[in-house]
Amino acid sequence: MRQLSLILGLAALAALQGCAAPQPWVKPYEREKLADPVMQWSRSSLADKHREHIHLVREGARGATGVQGGGCGCN
Amino acid sequence: MAPPACKGAAVAATEALRRLTQALQRLLHALLGGAVASGAAQAATLPQDKAEAMYHVYDGGGVKATGPALLVRKSIADRVSLSAQYYIDAVSNASIDVVTTASPFKEKRTAWDFSADTVVRDSTLALSLSRSTEPDYIAEAVGVDVSHEVFGGMTVVSLGTTRARDQVGKKGEPNFKDQASHWQYRAGVTQILTPRWLVSLNAEAVSNSGYLGSPYRAARVFGAAVPERNPRTRSSRAFKLRSLYDTGQFVAGSSVRAEFRRYWDNWDIKASTTEFGWAQHVGQGWLLDASLRFYTQGKALFYSDNAQAETTYVSRNRQLSSFKSTSLGARVSYTWPGLPQAYDVKLIGAYERKSFRFADFTDLRNGKPYAYDANVLQLTVQATY
Repeated sequence: MRQLSLILGLAALAALQGCAAPQPWVKPYEREKLADPVMQWSRSSLADKHREHIHLVREGARGATGVQGGGCGCN
Repeated sequence: MAPPACKGAAVAATEALRRLTQALQRLLHALLGGAVASGAAQAATLPQDKAEAMYHVYDGGGVKATGPALLVRKSIADRVSLSAQYYIDAVSNASIDVVTTASPFKEKRTAWDFSADTVVRDSTLALSLSRSTEPDYIAEAVGVDVSHEVFGGMTVVSLGTTRARDQVGKKGEPNFKDQASHWQYRAGVTQILTPRWLVSLNAEAVSNSGYLGSPYRAARVFGAAVPERNPRTRSSRAFKLRSLYDTGQFVAGSSVRAEFRRYWDNWDIKASTTEFGWAQHVGQGWLLDASLRFYTQGKALFYSDNAQAETTYVSRNRQLSSFKSTSLGARVSYTWPGLPQAYDVKLIGAYERKSFRFADFTDLRNGKPYAYDANVLQLTVQATY
């Protein structure tokens, strides 16, 4: 019974995926502006890491900075 | 020899695990099948080869930390991108903690980071290792990050984890040895909303256990200095929402950025960070950035400027107190002209002025709430090739 429910659930999910999935609405050829340096989250990984280190050492909050790796390694 | 009952249970458990794995595989296929198929024309790319050299200065509150940092990233046969990073902090410390309870000192922190990135279809996998050494503190970490492009490249989903272990020592006391362990789990989604608008949501959970304070720092209880006593575990959550919008239709070559981060942990610290940024192309090869950042936090449960009761935990670490910090920054970037198209060299100068205003940390030299300003300078040369 449990297996049947699982199979039915998966089948329903697969069917929904087929008919309800929205299509990407920003095509690759429309992404020219997003490639401009002003649209980069980060333009210097060393500078970002230094800034993150300053905040980590002097503030109580940490994490969710968007900088890969993270960690402090300091007291 | 295991009893038959145990054997039966083990077989049943293995069978259940096998079925669960198969079900998960089917579910993943059903969920991701459409998205992966629609993004199949796209493929993730390795990070660009580059080299960066930076000189950094932090000067504020009696602490001056300076040093060079180097980064080199190079792909091997377009399969793996390797990077190595070297970072030095030469610290001259005469902070308020130091001048009121000890003597100013100098020390050096050296950090090495290595990473290897590879691309499998629409996914980027990264493995990173790091080691940071100070005379009395060694930290080592290993991290794994995976990001995956879906939905025709409009969405990037990322997951990552870092496991770190620190060895804590104390100068002049060779018998003092302790350790700390850290677990970080992060997830993020970056979404292209329109041809001009990007948003991202990041979340991170961090758990720590072990020695989480400073063996040098003193707390105050009934006006007397005592060694601080911190809990040996800490667990935190944070999320950050970012928005980046191309404002070229209003001012040519410009963008605006807004970020908000909320943080909370089981030491009862709650903090919010709000940041705004503006970037602007100015003439051939010049790019200007300006940023404004507001940070505010509430104190930890066991923080006290001068405790009036004996408690299990007590700290006068101002990093755990109630305070506000504001920062105003500017950055100028110049792209060196006339180089072959495959090469790009940038000179970048950044300055940030930060101010810290503490609500419940008294400057013992004058009895007033402590406050200080800091200057941050970064001079970077960046080359991509």
